[in-house]
Amino acid sequence: MTSPGLEQILFISAALFFIGMYGFFTRRNLITMLMSIELILNSVNLNFIAFNKYVWPDKMDGLFFTLFIIAIAAAEAAVAIAIIINLYRSHQSVDVESAENLKY
Amino acid sequence: MNNLSYIALIPLLPLAGFVLLGLLGKKYFGKAAGIIGTLFLFISAALAFYTAYQYFSSGFNGVYQPVIAFKYTWLQFSENLSIDMGLYLDSISMMMIVVVTLISLMVHIYSLGYMKREERFSTYYAYLGLFTFSMLGLVLSSNIFQIYMFWELVGVSSYLLIGFYYDKPSAVAACKKAFIVTRFADLGFLIGILVLSYVSGSLDFNTMIQTLTQPESSTLKTAVASSFLGVSAVTWGGLLIFMGGAGKSAMFPLHIWLPDAMEGPTPVSALIHAATMVVAGVYLVARLFPIFAITTPVVLEVIGWVGAISAVIAAIIACTQTDIKRVLAYSTMSQIGFMMFALGVSKYGGEAGLGFTASMFHLFTHAMFKALLFLGAGAVIHYVHSNEMKDMGGLRKSMPITHITFLIACLAIAGFPFLSGFFSKEEILLAAYQHNAAIYWIALFTSGLTAFYMFRLYFSIFWNREHLAHSEIQTYKKSEGPFVMMLPLIILAIGAAAAGYIPFGKYVSTDGRPLESHFDLSFSILPVVLGIAGIVSAWIMYKKQNPLPDKLSSSFGALYKASYHKFYIDEIYLFITKKVIFNLIGRPAAWFDKNVVDGMVNLTGNATQWLSGRIKKFQSGKLQSYTLLYLMAAVVMAAIIIYVWK
Repeated sequence: MTSPGLEQILFISAALFFIGMYGFFTRRNLITMLMSIELILNSVNLNFIAFNKYVWPDKMDGLFFTLFIIAIAAAEAAVAIAIIINLYRSHQSVDVESAENLKY
Repeated sequence: MNNLSYIALIPLLPLAGFVLLGLLGKKYFGKAAGIIGTLFLFISAALAFYTAYQYFSSGFNGVYQPVIAFKYTWLQFSENLSIDMGLYLDSISMMMIVVVTLISLMVHIYSLGYMKREERFSTYYAYLGLFTFSMLGLVLSSNIFQIYMFWELVGVSSYLLIGFYYDKPSAVAACKKAFIVTRFADLGFLIGILVLSYVSGSLDFNTMIQTLTQPESSTLKTAVASSFLGVSAVTWGGLLIFMGGAGKSAMFPLHIWLPDAMEGPTPVSALIHAATMVVAGVYLVARLFPIFAITTPVVLEVIGWVGAISAVIAAIIACTQTDIKRVLAYSTMSQIGFMMFALGVSKYGGEAGLGFTASMFHLFTHAMFKALLFLGAGAVIHYVHSNEMKDMGGLRKSMPITHITFLIACLAIAGFPFLSGFFSKEEILLAAYQHNAAIYWIALFTSGLTAFYMFRLYFSIFWNREHLAHSEIQTYKKSEGPFVMMLPLIILAIGAAAAGYIPFGKYVSTDGRPLESHFDLSFSILPVVLGIAGIVSAWIMYKKQNPLPDKLSSSFGALYKASYHKFYIDEIYLFITKKVIFNLIGRPAAWFDKNVVDGMVNLTGNATQWLSGRIKKFQSGKLQSYTLLYLMAAVVMAAIIIYVWK
C-alpha cells in the first residue's frame, strides 16, 4: 500500500473545511457550530502539516504553526463554551437565533 | 532717576485690590472691603505723586525726555514689530497718573459713605480697583497695542460699573449701550492701529512717531503715496484712531452712550464718566500728537471741528435737561469738546503748540472740578433721593459744605477769574483765537452757555425755593452726609480753586520744552464778561421761582424742544439701526444664515441619516449572516489578489 500523496491529503483537508463550513451555516445550535469551527481549524492544521512534509521536509515551520493553532483552538473553545453557558443562563437556550438582540 | 521698576506698582496695586476683593471680598471682608480698597489705592496714589514729583523735578534740563521705565516684550512678530508691555513716562502720562490716582482715591473715600448700604459693597470696590488698574495701564502704555488692551479693559470696567444696579432695566440697557457704542468706535481704533503699524512697521509709540514724522523718510513717502478713496493711508489711520478716541470721549456723533451711563452709581460717574475714562480719547490724540500735527494736518482739522461741534451741541442740550446728572454729563461732553478742539487748533513745537498745553491743562483742571461737581451732585441725590431738579431747591442751608464746594466748582467751570477753569479755558480760547477764528467764536459762545447752564443747575438745586415743603423735610435726613463724603469735596474744592496756579506750560508741551504762557488780561475780558452774563441770566431766571424760564422756553419753541430731546440723535440712531440696518442688512443676513448656512449643515446631517437608514439592515444581529458576509468578502479578496493583482 503506497502512502498518500499531497493531493489526497489536500482533498481530505478541503473536504473537512467545507463540511465545517456547511455545519456552521446550517446548524442553529451554538455547540454544534463550535464543533464545526473545530473542523475548519483542523483542516487548516492538516494543510500545514502536509505542505511541511511534502514541500519543505527539512523545515519545521508548519509543525509549529499547527501546535500553536491547537493551543489557540483549545483556549478558544474554553472561551466560547463560557459564552455559551452565560447565554444559556440568560436566554434559557443555546439556539443562535435566540441571541439576536445586538442589532441596529 | 535710577531704579524705576517700583512704578509698576502704581497700576498693580489696584489690580491686587481687585483680585483680593473680587475673590474673597464678599465672604471674608464684608464692610472692611472699602477700607482695604482705599488703602491699596492710597499707596498707589502716594507712589504716583512721588513719581511725578521725581519726574518733574529731576528730569528737567530744558527738555522733558520720555523715559521707558520698564519694558517686557510680550509677542515678537518680527524684528521691529512686537507687542510690548511697558511703562512710558513722559509729561502727559505723569500728569495723567496724578489725575487718575487722585480722583480715584477721592471716589474711593467718598464711596465709603455713599455706597455704605449696598449689598454688593465689596464687588463695587473690586470693580473700582479694576478700573483704576486699567486706566493707569492705559496712560502708562508704551505700545499702541498695549493701550488698546487697556482701552478695552476700561471699557469693560465701565460696563460693569454702569450696570452695577443690574436689577434696574434702565441700567442694564445703559451699560449695553455704552459698551456697544464704544466697541463700535473701537473697531475703527483697531483698524487704525493696524494701518499705522503697517505703514510705520512698528507698534511702539516712539518708533512709530519717529518714522511717521520725518518727511524725508522713505516709509513715510510710500505711506503717503498709497491711498484709498483719494485719502492717504496715514490719514486713514489717523482718522480711524481718532474714531476710537471720539467714541471713548463721547464726541459727536458717538456721544449717545454718555448721558445714559449716568445710570451707574454717582461716584462712578465722577470717576469714569467725568474725570478719567472719557478723557482717554483726548489722551490718545495727545499721545500721537506729533503724527497728527506733522503728517496729517487734515485729521487734526477734523478733530478740531468735531470737538467744537460736540462742545456747542452738548452745551445747548445741557441747558434744557432736568436730571442733574444728565446736565453734568452733557457738560462733561462739552468740556471734552473744548479739549479736543484745543488739540485740533494746535501745531507741533514751540509757541504754536499752545493748544496742546492748554488742552492738557484743561484736562487736569476739568478732572478736579467735574469730579467735584459729580460728587456734590451725589451728595444732593443722597440727601433728596432724586435726580430731578424739580425735587430740589433751597438746599443751601441744609447742605452748607456741599453748597460751598459746588459753588466753587461751578465758578471754576464757568471760567470765573482766578479759579482753575479760568486759566485753562483762557489758554484754550487764546490758542483757538490764534489759529482758527471760526472755532474761536463757537468756543466763546459755548463758554457763555457753560456759565449759564452750570448756574441754572446751581440755582435750581440750592436756591429757587426758599424752604422745602414741610412733608419733604420729614423724609430727609438731618445731616448732609458723613465725614468721608465731605472730605473729598473739600479736597477737590481746594484743587478746583488752586489747580490753575500750576505753571503748566513749563511742564507739558508738545516737544517737551517749557512753554511760556503769557497771559493777556485784555484778551480775557470778553470771555469773562460772557461768563458773567451767563451767570447773571441764570440768576434772574432761577434764583427765585418765576415764570420767566417757562416763557423763554415757549418762545424758543422748536429749538427748546429739539434740545430737550437731545436733538433727536438717539432717535436717528434707532431709525438707522432698527429700520435701515436691520431691514436691509440684518434680515437678509439672517435669511442667508437660516437657509443657506444652516441649510448646508442640515444637508450633511440629513444625507447621513438617509444613508445610514439604507445600510443599517446589515447590522442584523444574526451571527451566521455576518460570517457569511465575511466569507464572501474573503473569497472576493482572494480572487482579486490571485487573478487581478498577481
